[in-house]
Amino acid sequence: MRSAGLGAALLCVLIGTARAAEIPAAQRQSGSAFMSEATRAMQADDTSNPGMLSVLEGSALWNAPAGKAAKSCASCHGEATASMRGVAASYPAYDERTASPIDLAGRINACRQEHQGLEPFRRESAELLALTAFVGNQSRGLPILPPNDPRLAPHLALGKEIFDRRRGQLDLSCASCHNDNWSGRLGGSPITQAHPTGYPLYRLEWQALGSLQRRVRNCMVGVRAKPFEYGAQELIAVEIYLNQRAAGMNLETPAVRP
Amino acid sequence: MIVVFLAMFMGLGVAPACAQATIAFQVRGDTIPEPLVARAADASNGARLMADRHRSLCVLCHAGPFSEPHMQGNIAPNLKGLGSRLSAAQIRLRVANIKAINPDSLMPAYLAIADGIDIAEAWRGKTILDPGEVEDIVAYLATLKE
Ligand code: HEC
Ligand code: HEC
Repeated sequence: MRSAGLGAALLCVLIGTARAAEIPAAQRQSGSAFMSEATRAMQADDTSNPGMLSVLEGSALWNAPAGKAAKSCASCHGEATASMRGVAASYPAYDERTASPIDLAGRINACRQEHQGLEPFRRESAELLALTAFVGNQSRGLPILPPNDPRLAPHLALGKEIFDRRRGQLDLSCASCHNDNWSGRLGGSPITQAHPTGYPLYRLEWQALGSLQRRVRNCMVGVRAKPFEYGAQELIAVEIYLNQRAAGMNLETPAVRP
Repeated sequence: MIVVFLAMFMGLGVAPACAQATIAFQVRGDTIPEPLVARAADASNGARLMADRHRSLCVLCHAGPFSEPHMQGNIAPNLKGLGSRLSAAQIRLRVANIKAINPDSLMPAYLAIADGIDIAEAWRGKTILDPGEVEDIVAYLATLKE
């Protein structure tokens, strides 16, 4: 009985991943390549890119003294243009203290707790998104450079497994759309290759800035699956895999998407 | 080959009084020869369901002579003229459970209960459409002649 059940489960996994072929490096394209001319122009011009408002807000938070010791991010890190250049390009990274991977938003919250003695910002709060966008913006134009850390390897593997595995009532995997059908349209929308080049980004549909985790959770809800919680190790594993998959592509933070 | 598919409907509440309806349909070759419900099919309801992006989801993947063209997907065959290519019995199996024909298909099985991972609470134990809805869609699609 048991082994028959397991056999059936394995068969399902094999079937579920059979078609997924990875996108050759030469064919990789950022989500912005699929957008209309108007949306691309909106992203390219800082005075019309709505995400820049959050970057400005983040800049103010960076310099604002907070907590008992009245320390700001700048008190420790100085000018972000120098100290934060390239940082976002190498997240998620391995966090020694928790012995687990941490994404950029998690890292910002860890500084807030440990060095400023403050409560962490809520995931997807305007403040956390603004600080993440501000730090991310310091890497705009730089290639994604995943950390070469063997301790991340099992998390990378988990992220890939989640990406390739069919889930939800609609029984689709991330790969079903983003590897196998990226050049097509779902309803009226281009599907795209799901490269995490622009996060946090301003999505016109959301009328707001949002994180990569929000986007991935949306796709999970779309296939009628139970999404992983914000900050969950599984979502960070997906982020790690998406970054690896997009290694070398340039960051656009804050991007605009339809 | 005759395969019998059993689909169990379990109401949301799972109260003991809540009946568990079981629908069985017979697959013969690449068809389901018999209608899925006793009442007459309603092709106009089928047309309405086809265009419904949230309930049937068909137009997310398929284009065809229904709803606004710019809101239709293109990752599945265009359904224009489908009634000239396939019989109602063939269409019925494809909508009810295309995975009986192609286990690898991108298309969800509309009358099978998904048994994959991480199905959201609200959809667990349920089929995507009910047999009457599938029958109405089949009746509509069969009218699409070139
Ligand atoms: C049924 C199709 C489908 C499935 C399955 C799917 N997605 Fe998506 N995904 C889309 C569409 C459509 C978009 C919107 C593209 C746009 O307008 O930016 C999108 C956007 C994205 C983006 C944003 C890309 C950008 O340029 O900002 C990411 C990242 C992403 N998906 C990841 C995932 C992951 C991870 C999964 C699996 C958990 C997944 N998707 C499953 C259809 C899908
Ligand atoms: C997630 C994508 C998706 C959705 C949603 C979807 N389909 Fe499909 N459908 C496909 C694909 C892909 C095929 C191609 C055959 C295969 O995969 O084996 C197909 C094939 C078909 C066929 C056979 C077409 C032919 O020319 O042989 C019919 C009929 C059909 N679909 C009807 C529907 C109806 C009706 C709905 C909604 C109730 C629907 N589909 C929803 C992806 C989809």
